[in-house]
Parts: sequence; C-alpha cells; structure tokens
Amino acid sequence: MSEQWIDVCCVDDIDEEDVMRFDHGQHTYAVYRSADSEFFATAGLCTHESIHLADGLVMDHVIECPKHNGRFDYRSGKALGAPVCVNLKTYPVRVEAGRLYLGVPT
Amino acid sequence: MNTVNAPLVIIGAGHAGGRAALTLRSEGYSGRLILIGDEAHAPYERPPLSKGLLQGTTDLAGCSLCDSTRLGELDIEHWTAGPVLSLAPAQHGLQLADGSWLAYGRLLLATGGRARRLPNVPEHMANVLYLRTHDEALTLRNGLRPGSRLVVVGGGFIGLEVAATARSLGCSVTLLEAGPRLAGRVLPERLSGVLLDLHRARGVDVRLNVAIEAVLGGERAEAVQLVDGQCLPCDLLVVGIGMQPNVELARTAGLDVGQGIRVDGQLQSSAADIFAAGDVCEFRLHPGGEFQRQETWRNAEHQGHHAALNLLGAGLPFNSIPGFWSDHYDWGLQTTGQISSAEPSASRATADGGFVLFYLDAGQRLLGACGWGMGNSIARDIKLCERLIACGTPLQVPALMDAGVSLKQLLRN
Repeated sequence: MSEQWIDVCCVDDIDEEDVMRFDHGQHTYAVYRSADSEFFATAGLCTHESIHLADGLVMDHVIECPKHNGRFDYRSGKALGAPVCVNLKTYPVRVEAGRLYLGVPT
Repeated sequence: MNTVNAPLVIIGAGHAGGRAALTLRSEGYSGRLILIGDEAHAPYERPPLSKGLLQGTTDLAGCSLCDSTRLGELDIEHWTAGPVLSLAPAQHGLQLADGSWLAYGRLLLATGGRARRLPNVPEHMANVLYLRTHDEALTLRNGLRPGSRLVVVGGGFIGLEVAATARSLGCSVTLLEAGPRLAGRVLPERLSGVLLDLHRARGVDVRLNVAIEAVLGGERAEAVQLVDGQCLPCDLLVVGIGMQPNVELARTAGLDVGQGIRVDGQLQSSAADIFAAGDVCEFRLHPGGEFQRQETWRNAEHQGHHAALNLLGAGLPFNSIPGFWSDHYDWGLQTTGQISSAEPSASRATADGGFVLFYLDAGQRLLGACGWGMGNSIARDIKLCERLIACGTPLQVPALMDAGVSLKQLLRN
C-alpha cells in the first residue's frame, strides 16, 4: 500500500511527552512526541466512544482518553485494558528539515 | 440447595453488572454465568442518555458495553424475563419471577437505582418524563422539538445536561432548582457559578430557590405552579431530582443496608458470597472512612471490574480514586478524588478561560480537584491531579496557583 506524506507541523510545535490533534481530509489523527523526542501517530479518536484522544494525557508511552480513561500504547496502538478493547490504528511519521510528516494511505 | 457447581449470578444488567460479567470471562471464569436485568437491552453506559443519545448523535450501539451477539459468544446468559422476587442468603438461592428458585455459588448485586419521583405528580401524566434508561431517553428525544416548552425540575447534572441538549435542539427551557445554586450539594460555589452563567447565556431560564406548588393538567401536565404564585406553561416536564437506589431485595433478605447495600473493603456485603457494585453499593473508600455511594460512570466501571475479581476470590481491597465529568454545550467539568461544596484550598487558571480548584488536607496533600474547560481540555490537569492524589506528596499552594508550573512538573518533583 502506498502512502502520501502530509506536512503536519514544525517538530517544536509539539512539546516533549505530549500529543496534538491533526485533521486532514475526512480524518482526524493524534500525533505524539515522546519524552526522548521520537514521533508517532495514531488514529485521532478513541476506539471506545470516539472521543478525541489529543485532549488526553500522555505519560511515558501511554495516551489516556480524556473521558473514560481508556489507555493505549501510542507506539503500537495497543489497547491496555477496559474500557478499551480495540487497538488504535497507527500511521508512519518522518521528520525532514525540522518538519513532521504523516504517512496516510492513498 | 446444592451450590457446589452453582452458577455465578449477577442481578442488574446495567454498566456495573455488565462490566462484571465481561470481566469474569476475560479473567478466565468458564462456569455458568447468569446476568439478570430488567431492561431488554444488552448492558450499556448511561452518560450518553442525557447528551449524545438525546441529541441523536449516538445510538444504543454507541453506548453498549457489548451487543447480545457478543454475550452469546461469551456464554453469558442474559435473562430479562422479570425481576428477582426474593433472596435467601443462607441457602444461596434466589427466587425468580415465575416463582422458581435458582441456586447461586456467588452473587453480585448491581441493582442500580431508579429516578426519584416528584411528589404530588400523578403517574399517568404522559408528558412528565424521567431519565434513567435508554427507552426513557428515546421518549424524551421524541418530545424535544424546536419551539417546544420544556420545564426541567432539578438543577443537578441530569437536569442541566438535559437543559443544554434541549437548548441546542431549539427548545425553550426553564430550569427549576430548589436550592440557592446549581449542583450545590456536590460542587464548590465557583463551578455552580460558571454553570449558571453559561446556561443563562445559552438561553435557559434558570430559577433558583423555587418551590413547586402543583403540576396542573389532566392527562398531560400543562403548567407548573410555583409557591410564589407564578405559573409556567409546559409541553414537557422533565424531572431530574436524583436517584433512589434499588435496595429492597437486599434489605428484605436481611443484608446490611444504609443508603445503599453496605459492603466491606472488598465489596462483599454482610452476607457470605454476596457482593455489591455500582450505584447501589455503599462503601468506604478507606478503612474507617465514611460510607458513601458514587453514582458515576467511573464507579460502575471500576466496581464492576473489581467485584468480578473478588467474586473469583482475588480478595483485593477497593480503593479506586473516584471522579466524574459533566458536559454542557461546548464546556466540560471534571473531578477527581474528594471534592465538596466547600471552598477549595487553591485554584489555578487555565489557558482557555477555565480553571482547576484544589482541595488539600492538613498536611498539604491533594485530596481532590475539579476543573472547568472548553470541550475535554480540562482532562489532562484532572488526570495529573489524580496521580498527585495517589502519590500523596505535600504540595505548595503557590506552585498550584501558578499556571506557569505544570502539574506534570509537580508530579515529577
């Protein structure tokens, strides 16, 4: 499957150990910067009740949904226990010349 | 009764009961499992009833813990053929609606509650609505038409969320609260204040300190007569004045019942092999603490899960930090830990015009916090407060009040 690389933001627009919402086309994504400045991206909505994850809290490599405390490892998208049981979709990212790009399927 | 191979039985197929059933299976319990409920639907979460479901942006599937197909796959028997008539703890038996007896090995009471009725209102008035179940929410939704005149009784969370949803659907809304402020038993004055300002700005006619004299009408409620003589015509009357826990089965069976079914630190009732969870459960958060009930999503989720583990013999103390949220238009409030209607110890402003209020104990440790913000924006700070409560380190008021000091920083200090 081929990807289209979308310019998301300047890498410094996201704080370390934080998350930002990114909307593109009909889709919403959550992009993450870990404490050691690695970048990741997942689907933007919680698999439990479609809440925007970007309002949630990032601690270590875990994003916690702002409403029901569903938790995911944002590197793999893995759901870490009730009330979430469906994993998050993940997307590739890359950094070029200080900008973050998100790979979305074409 | 022979209870050696008797099933695990859960009475109450709401959120807590449903979560317990799912947890029993995910924890590997493979014996017979019976979930008895009085609604036709598979277990679902109730918060959307006053928000998305009422608005029409979500449906039953969107708030279900699982559907009936999944219950079948998990071999969870979901019985809806009528209420349990009585309970015989010494015999480990319960009597079903058809009069027959069922033996249980262990039992979970997750019987929840029912909407408290407004006194002096004839039950048959078709447009007097309560909101506790999915079907009640659908009935209410059908009545929320642009221009319809809605009178809401009760300035707590249900009443306020219904008012917000009804305004967004174009209804004209008058909200009546008996007390001097909104959600005044639960929230500090500042939060009551922002709720009042917001609802009034969005066109809700909020009346505080009002008492109802009578509901006028015949087949239908036509107007609400106040003690001060005013008369408020209505097309719909929604009553949100709290919940009455369903304790009758437990009380009649001789279990220890206060405001709810009393349990020990492991959620076990006064009877052997009977546990309780959810809205109906009266528990102590700490040994020697006050008995309390929590009517929240979080409590149903956590106690349902926890009771399941203990039904299987885990023997774990329940000490989950409580909390809840409530949504109004495009704003939301969230709480964690023990908050009260009293003045908080400290506050901080947030970037979007919201705030966080902190409650500290005598040793400057965080007991609870609540906050207000656009959308779900307050969630991060409240989650960090939850962690600050859990770690129990003393905090400095100036640092809490300084929005430039992140709570994450305080947590890691």
